[in-house]
Amino acid sequence: MEFPEELKYTEEHEWVMVEEDLAVVGITDFAQDALGDVVFVELPEVGTVVEAGKAFGVVESVKAVSDIYAPVSGTIEEINDDLVDAPEIINTSPYEDGWMIKIRMADAADVDDLMDVEAYQALIAEES
Amino acid sequence: MKKTPLNQVHRELGARMVDFGGWDMPVQYSGVIEEHLAVRQAAGLFDVSHMGEVEVRGANALAFIQQLTINDAAKLVDGQVQYSAICYPEGGVVDDVTLYRFNGAHFLFCVNASNIEKDFAWMQQVLRESALTDVTLTNRSAEFAQIALQGPKSVAILAELTDVSLDDLAYYHFCEGAVAGEQMIISRTGYTGEAGFELYLPASAAVAVWQKLMAAGAPHGLLPIGLGARDTLRLEKGYALYGHELSRDISPLEAGLAWITKLDKDDFVGKAALVAQKAAGVPRRRVGLVMEERGIPREGYPLFAGEREVGFVTSGTMSPTLKLGIALALVEPAAAGLDGELEVAVRNRRMRARVVRPPFVK
Repeated sequence: MEFPEELKYTEEHEWVMVEEDLAVVGITDFAQDALGDVVFVELPEVGTVVEAGKAFGVVESVKAVSDIYAPVSGTIEEINDDLVDAPEIINTSPYEDGWMIKIRMADAADVDDLMDVEAYQALIAEES
Repeated sequence: MKKTPLNQVHRELGARMVDFGGWDMPVQYSGVIEEHLAVRQAAGLFDVSHMGEVEVRGANALAFIQQLTINDAAKLVDGQVQYSAICYPEGGVVDDVTLYRFNGAHFLFCVNASNIEKDFAWMQQVLRESALTDVTLTNRSAEFAQIALQGPKSVAILAELTDVSLDDLAYYHFCEGAVAGEQMIISRTGYTGEAGFELYLPASAAVAVWQKLMAAGAPHGLLPIGLGARDTLRLEKGYALYGHELSRDISPLEAGLAWITKLDKDDFVGKAALVAQKAAGVPRRRVGLVMEERGIPREGYPLFAGEREVGFVTSGTMSPTLKLGIALALVEPAAAGLDGELEVAVRNRRMRARVVRPPFVK
C-alpha cells in the first residue's frame, strides 16, 4: 500500500495535498482497499462551504455507504466530475485521478492539525 | 467466533474476513464485482459450511414435515429438493429452508446459519405438540461442510472430479456420489440463479475437496466467491434472504412466497393466520425496484409515492450486471403496481425508482 510523503492525512483516511491556499482532497489507498469496489460518489456543489471534521460527501462500495469528511474548512472550488461516471477511479488511482474536491481554505493553519505520513502509517498499523 | 473447516484456506487466499452472524466468513477475495461477474460468466466456489443441516427420520417423518412447513412436502419424490419455509402460528417466518427427500422416512433440511439453534428448538417444539411418534430430529450442522459450485462452467468443472452422470441430475434434484474421492450429497441447487451445485460433505473432507475443485476450475475461470458477491448474485435474481425479505414480522404471502405457501394442504403451523391474511387482503407486497437516477437503494431506506410513505427497502445494492441500483422492497398493495414509479429517500434526497417484477437479471 502506498502513502505519498508529500501528503497530509486525517484519522478518517482522507489525504490532503496543499497547493498554496487550495487543499486537494481524496481518500487514501488504505480507505479504498477497505471499501472494496467503489460504485458511487456523491460530492458537494462548487461554492458549498465545508467545515473541518464534518462530512462533505459520500462514497459507496457495493456493500456499504461511508461518509467522507472535510480535512479543512473552506469553500469548494472544484470537484472531480470524472468520478460521477467512473467512481472506480478511486480504487485504481486514489491519489491522482481519484482526487475528489479542491477546497479554498478559510484558514491555512487547519493544515497544521493534519497528520504527516509517519503518523498516518502508525495509525493504520494500529487499526489493521 | 465460529469457524468453518475452510477458515484457514480463506485466509491463505487473502480473503477479507467478517463476522457474519457469529461466523468468521470471507466477504471477498479479489473483489465483489470481479467475483460476481465470474459466477455469471464462468464459475465460482463458495464456502457455505455455516449453513445448518437438520435430519428428520422415522415412519412419521413426512407427516411431521407436513405440519412444520408451508410447502407440500408430499409432492417430493426420492432424490428431490423443495424450497419451503417454516412459520409461526401468527404467520411470520421462522426460516426459509430447502428440504431433501432421501426416502419417505428420511429427510434433510438445510437451514440458515444464524437460525440453526432457533430452528432446531422450534422443530422439537412442533414435534412435541404434534404428538407424533417415531420421528427423530438430529442437528447435524457441525458434521457437514457445504461447498457451492455455481456458474455456467460448473457442470464441466464438477464432471472432471466425479463419475456421477451430472446431465441426468435435474434442477432441484440430488444424488449421493463421490467427488474427488469423497462420498457426498451432490445437489443441483444454488442461490445465484446460475447452473450449479451444492455439495454436502463431511467436514473433514472439506479442505481436500475445495482444493481439487479450485484446481479443476482454474482453467475455466473459477474464482473463490465471498459473501459480498453471494448477496449481489441472489439479489439480482430476486431471491429472499432471511432477516431482510423474511422475518418473524413478514409473512410468506407478503414476501412473494405465495408460490410455496400451500393453503390447500392439511393443517400446518401458521396456516390459519395465513388463510386469514389472504382473505383480508395481504397488507404489504414484495416488489422489485430499479433506480431511474444514479443512486443506490439500501436496506431500510423509506419509499414514497408523492408525500405518502408507502414502504421500505428490504435489500438493495448496485447490480454488477446492470450497473444500476436495484432493490427488493415491501410496500402497500396500492404502491405495488408494475411499472409504477416510487421515490426512494436516499439520505436527504428523493430518487426515482421503477417497480418491476424480479428477477432483475434474466
